[in-house]
Amino acid sequence: MASREELAHLLRRATFGPRVEEVDAAEKAGVAATVDALLAPAAFDSRSDAGATRTPPPNQADPVAALGRNPGREQRLTAQKQQREQVAAVELWWLDRMVAADHQVHEKLTFFWHGHWATSVRKVKFPLVMLGQQQTMHTLGPGDFAAFAHAMVKDPALIYWLDGHKNTAQAPNENLARELMELFTLGIGNYTEADVKAGARALTGWAVDRARNVAVINEKRRDTGEKTILGRTGTFGTDEFVDLLLAQEANAKFVTARLWYRYASPEPIPDDTHGRLVAAYGPGRDIATTLRAVFTDPAFTGTRGHLVKQPVEWAVGAMRQVGVHPGELATTEQQQLVRALRESGQVPLEPPSVGGWPAGSAWLTTAGTQWRLRTADLLAAKASPAVLDRLTATPANQRPDALAHVLSVERFTDRTRAVLADAAGQPRRMLALALASPEYAVH
Amino acid sequence: MDLVTRRKFLLASGVVGGTALAAGAGAFTLGELMETTAWKRIGGPRTLVLITLYGGNDGLATVIPYGDKAYPAARGELAYTGEQVLRLDDRMGLNPKLANFKKQFDAGRLAIVRNVGYPKPDRSHFRSMDIWQTGQPARPGNSGWLGRWLDTVKDGDPRLAVTFERVLPPVLAGTTRAGAAISTAGMTLPAGYQPSLLSALGAAVEGEPPMQARAARAFADLVTVDQMVKDLPAEKDDPDDEPAATATGGRDGLAAQLEVIARCVEAGVATKVFSASLGGFDLHADGRSAQESVLKDLDGAVGGFVDRMSKSARGQDVVVAIYSEFGRRVRANASDGTDHGTASDMFLLGSPVRGGQYGEPPNLTDLDDGDLKFTTDFRDVYGTLLAGVLETEPARVLDGWTGTMPRLLR
Repeated sequence: MASREELAHLLRRATFGPRVEEVDAAEKAGVAATVDALLAPAAFDSRSDAGATRTPPPNQADPVAALGRNPGREQRLTAQKQQREQVAAVELWWLDRMVAADHQVHEKLTFFWHGHWATSVRKVKFPLVMLGQQQTMHTLGPGDFAAFAHAMVKDPALIYWLDGHKNTAQAPNENLARELMELFTLGIGNYTEADVKAGARALTGWAVDRARNVAVINEKRRDTGEKTILGRTGTFGTDEFVDLLLAQEANAKFVTARLWYRYASPEPIPDDTHGRLVAAYGPGRDIATTLRAVFTDPAFTGTRGHLVKQPVEWAVGAMRQVGVHPGELATTEQQQLVRALRESGQVPLEPPSVGGWPAGSAWLTTAGTQWRLRTADLLAAKASPAVLDRLTATPANQRPDALAHVLSVERFTDRTRAVLADAAGQPRRMLALALASPEYAVH
Repeated sequence: MDLVTRRKFLLASGVVGGTALAAGAGAFTLGELMETTAWKRIGGPRTLVLITLYGGNDGLATVIPYGDKAYPAARGELAYTGEQVLRLDDRMGLNPKLANFKKQFDAGRLAIVRNVGYPKPDRSHFRSMDIWQTGQPARPGNSGWLGRWLDTVKDGDPRLAVTFERVLPPVLAGTTRAGAAISTAGMTLPAGYQPSLLSALGAAVEGEPPMQARAARAFADLVTVDQMVKDLPAEKDDPDDEPAATATGGRDGLAAQLEVIARCVEAGVATKVFSASLGGFDLHADGRSAQESVLKDLDGAVGGFVDRMSKSARGQDVVVAIYSEFGRRVRANASDGTDHGTASDMFLLGSPVRGGQYGEPPNLTDLDDGDLKFTTDFRDVYGTLLAGVLETEPARVLDGWTGTMPRLLR
């Protein structure tokens, strides 16, 4: 019989910031039924997600694409400014979606993939191209990794980000080939420098039209010659190269280890656990099935407290729990929220590098602490009356426990309890302190 | 935060005597503040400013072997002529955008260590950066070389190794200690929050999970490090820069980071190591103009900093060291860019530096699969900095490595 603590742990990892009623329901249902419900095919079907339906992605024509053939300087600058506003709108929409979605596992997994195939709008610039990538990750991320990888390697944003459009038979460019092997499919040490060079040749020929969000092969730029990649020789092109990568034993090991690293623990993955994850990934490479193996592995329970919440996870979870919806905030508050995240070093669409965002103690700095304190204050100020009422309905001396309940914190230490108890008369302040606390920073 | 708020904070925190503050209002400097605390300098007067260039800086477009016949052949349209470079001698010249570096070179305050690398070079940004930051080429571990230096300091205070980057770079994380990442915005607590809260939330609790304990310690550290930060320039909130490079880490605004560091040095803070960074060097395409643009940023920021440092007694003890995770492939890739390579140059600047060119220049015709063969191990330079700036035996930090280049420093 699983304890409430174990179910709360499961929900904290699988979703963004579980709410009290979600933990209550899970406790009633038990682990097996909860995992089933979280990972059922229906849980990845957006049509049945009322929260996602309420928050459709912004659908705006690209102003730069709409420019005529020879736009004037003013026209161009205006279009570029509109484009930046659209980027900001997409970033805010994604945050809003993460908070609103009922299919939380799906949303969190999409954000996981964003950190995996980390592409930044700061180079790509075109919002529709970035949104297109986000939709691909959302649609294909939970299923067969093979189909997903084949789609991603032809994704206009990823190609542009890694100079794939400049990779031609005459002038191979290794950027995409290297990261495809190192960061996206195999992991370091599972290929040679010769494989990078040959892989780059296999990926030649792509041209990207960012204004229309399409990537097409230009046959004249494609290297049709023979290549030797990972011990196999042939006139490989993009799809054949991806198939070669997926056929490597390293692929299953790598992808499953990445999931464990972000969903369970940054500690070295135990061999038997890794074996079970690889078996779950199997020939179908199904990511939802692999996630099930992560959440049900005997070692999973022992990972409580191992992960530091990334700023987006922290903020989205907090907003779900205290009842703040980014889409409903005033424009200035929305800007404040995105600015706060930018200051933290994590904004959707803007990973700092193709390696994604850091993990663990990198977020636990003095600057990060100040950031959490300020942002917690901002969120507490917008907390829903229902959450505050729940606190004030509790006798003052029990409010720290009530807060732990609301925020799905296993327990506050005496240190933090004392700080919270001092603020028991001011619910918003108490809430902010709890959100900023060391206990809430990890999970 | 503005000065008034800061004073109020200091009064409230009880860190310094309230009477001293009241009496000295307006005439209070950061340096005086520092002297009133128990926190004192350790060792000698020198300070290290380590600048990381993320993305792999193209050494051959930075220190240009214009006199080498193999150079224009390899670089094609990316190549510079002897008329374009800032000549160092009859073979080598600096990129035309490095005018301030040239000035420092002429003044004898710039040392260029040529063709620096490590055995079995790795062309992954992340692995190679791990290698440089850990100082462990064979098998990069979990601690940075400057973090391990902090480990060797008795009661190593996080303020001894400081960065103004948003997250702590691995180079500053030791096995038992870690440096401090400080927001250049200074400490701003939301209205109504007392600083004493920070100390309360920062108290250690026996038996709490390690990451939670670390989160708590960050609260405690915040109280101590904030004493260093006065009304510093606000952070830039500008997503509209348009980098040509695939981002591979590092942050922009090197000049802003160095500005804060300059003020800290001039104020006499006890920090021994500052870490700063600049990203944008991963130029697989559009190489020449993009390379010039990042070098111009580097030149402006570093040139201004070194100049400023040369004008104060404390600044004259500062050594700037600049490195990147690797150089670029010798032959251009014909997207007018370059792919990941191996050896590159390191730069040391400052009054304690003995200017000149050190080590073997790169040999463009004796290549390892298209890449330069390194001739100076970066640990020799680290060893020099550990011994000559941080007064620490290099072997203690660099897993037994004893090599140094003592001539680099005066």
